[in-house]
Amino acid sequence: MDFLNAIVALSNFVLVPAIAYGSQLALGALGVTLIYGILRFSNFAHGDTMAFGAMIAVLVTWGLQAAGVSFGPLPTALLALPVAILGCIILVLVTDRLVYRFYREQKAKPVILVIVSMGVMFIMNGIVRFIIGPDDQRFSDGARFIVSARDFKAMTGLREGLAIKTSQGITVVVAVFAVVLLFWFLNQTRTGKSMRAYSDNEDLALLSGINPERVVMITWIIVAALATTAGVLYGLDKSFKPFVYFQLLLPIFASAIVGGLGNPIGAIAGGFIIAFSEVTITYAWKKVLTYLAPEGLEPSGLVQFLSTDYKFAVSFVILLIVLLFKPTGLFKGKAV
Amino acid sequence: MTESVKNTLLFIVVGSLILLTGFTQSWNSAILILNMGLISAIMAIGVNLQWGFAGLFNVGVMGFVALGGLAVVLISTPPTPGAWSAGGYGILLALLLGAATVVAAVLVATRMPKGRTQTLSIIGILIAGFFIYRAVFDPSIAAVEAIDPAVAGNIGGLNLPVLLAWPAGGLLAAGAAWLIGKTALGLRSDYLAIATLGIAEIIIAIMKNEDWLARGVKNVYGIPRPTPVVGYEVELQADPGFIARAEWLGLDPVTASTLSVKLGYSLLFTIVLLALLWMAQMALKSPWGRMMRAIRDNEVAAEAMGKDVTRRHLQIFVLGSAICGIAGAMMTTLDGQLTPGTYNPLRFTFLVWVMVIVGGSGNNFGAVLGAFLIWFLWVQVEPIGLWMMNLITAGMPDGSALKTHLIESAAHMRLFTMGLILLIVLRFSPRGLIPEK
Repeated sequence: MDFLNAIVALSNFVLVPAIAYGSQLALGALGVTLIYGILRFSNFAHGDTMAFGAMIAVLVTWGLQAAGVSFGPLPTALLALPVAILGCIILVLVTDRLVYRFYREQKAKPVILVIVSMGVMFIMNGIVRFIIGPDDQRFSDGARFIVSARDFKAMTGLREGLAIKTSQGITVVVAVFAVVLLFWFLNQTRTGKSMRAYSDNEDLALLSGINPERVVMITWIIVAALATTAGVLYGLDKSFKPFVYFQLLLPIFASAIVGGLGNPIGAIAGGFIIAFSEVTITYAWKKVLTYLAPEGLEPSGLVQFLSTDYKFAVSFVILLIVLLFKPTGLFKGKAV
Repeated sequence: MTESVKNTLLFIVVGSLILLTGFTQSWNSAILILNMGLISAIMAIGVNLQWGFAGLFNVGVMGFVALGGLAVVLISTPPTPGAWSAGGYGILLALLLGAATVVAAVLVATRMPKGRTQTLSIIGILIAGFFIYRAVFDPSIAAVEAIDPAVAGNIGGLNLPVLLAWPAGGLLAAGAAWLIGKTALGLRSDYLAIATLGIAEIIIAIMKNEDWLARGVKNVYGIPRPTPVVGYEVELQADPGFIARAEWLGLDPVTASTLSVKLGYSLLFTIVLLALLWMAQMALKSPWGRMMRAIRDNEVAAEAMGKDVTRRHLQIFVLGSAICGIAGAMMTTLDGQLTPGTYNPLRFTFLVWVMVIVGGSGNNFGAVLGAFLIWFLWVQVEPIGLWMMNLITAGMPDGSALKTHLIESAAHMRLFTMGLILLIVLRFSPRGLIPEK
């Protein structure tokens, strides 16, 4: 029995990656859930909105790097983030003006808006591929680790190392900051309250003089900021590849639905539930169990429940289970 | 201009676009567009059945298409020698055990009184079942995958004629659709969309990873052709009768043999398309079709009239998915290989949706027209984009970074154009080119 080493191995391979991934999913799911709450449709273009925002960040980062600007130990991409958010805001506002507003005025059925968002998805995907190409792009720089495995071992004298990547640390810090800001905005400011009122009851909100177009515009701005942040953080943590963002759509939607579509707290909870399940079920537990098991009873196999390629299956199964037993999600979501 | 004249004209326009490709580019690419157009048309009929008739939002088309492809391998390729005795039966047993576990858990969930004992026994059954399943499954697949991994490593197929694989593909897709429909069809449209999207990804993940099934990402090559309608180029070129006919047509034997093979496929595909189109038309006109549309337009009213909405939804979901499975089997036969890595939701799910919406959802002829038109554009947008980019960049100095980038990016015009077409049609002609009657 070696309890300490087991905990360190568990943190290194499961807890830390899952917390970082969960924060990224939560930010993505918040965007989906806000669109669903205010505009009342599932936005299939969300993954590609993330890709677009992240792409601008990549381009600006390259520009800054070429100009010799750096952010010390932090990645330069953080300096590029505000510009990227701005670019993404412009894109979604133009999209809303050219595409979605027409259907809003028509009071089209939500499913039509979903199909429209499929078209937007194609176009955004095309734009991103057109500008930056379909390949992997690396744009992270600065220090790679906050704590590297070797330093940790030297510090504690344990056999297992704990590595925390800078990108993981930044992900958590930025995500907490963004979520606190968002909830302060939604709960404390007048505009935020009008958004929540509009989401709860559209007619009543209109009666009390809330301007729907303004609510929609602010929603898009927030969604663009969240999507870009999530996209950049994911890109820093893994790497930037347009198609991967499209594939993120599934875990992001799973997070939002598991938490309850339209419910921001649910989106965050959902993000972490999905992330933790994906990581724990696809992790090979041999190492941790070897430390925990009594002498002579160590597992011989990898003790991996599913191969990592089945991570989609995990988010999906959780999604189905939640939907079958609690159709509106764990936290009460809404239904159009 | 009456409606039928307009519709005929639309078909003639699309037909002449394909003919134009034959005259200006090559007949080979024209027939290639035709063949994939025929397959796309079948997929579009399947999606139209689900969306146009019943309003079911299925974005898992890719999964059913891939299952069709899997059926081709399982039916038509020769069995791997020794694979069944090494581990094939073990795998079957494991799969049966897995299914039994799920059935037992479902039985406990429905039959036992609710409470802590029930929850605990469900969890217990699932965990125990999982470990038993893995204990039987893992050594069996290891044994199968160890057999000659460079060329085989899978259990192989039944060595039956490949044409049988087409209906088998439909059956496989139908079976999967039944399972999915049982769990997911009660969900709201948005949830159903996400659910089907996820299932399609899972099916592809299974096909990529389960090497014992169809070699995973190592791909299966050399799938037999539906002879005698479709021959092999080498045999045709060696056949004196064929050479004589080719010379009579004024073609050299090599070109003639490739054309003959492709036209053979066109013939088979056309027969399948016409049969399915006829059936879909009959279904649409029948009381069953009217009931489906009534359910689509007002579920509550239909339910009040005594229609079993869930059952009908399940029925049409299975039928539509089966059609997609048939199309998938045909496509894999045409390719002659199964490459799970190439299945991409943009190409196999969302593009089919663009076809149905542009053509006219709810109208079978519309779906077919949309399929041909969109497939033609999907293929031709790339050369057109390249040509446009060359035109735009003509004034720029050679070797400038922007010029190279623009020319290289022309290939990505496709997705952009498809999105634009979809949005324009939805905005200005939301019922499609040939609207529902």
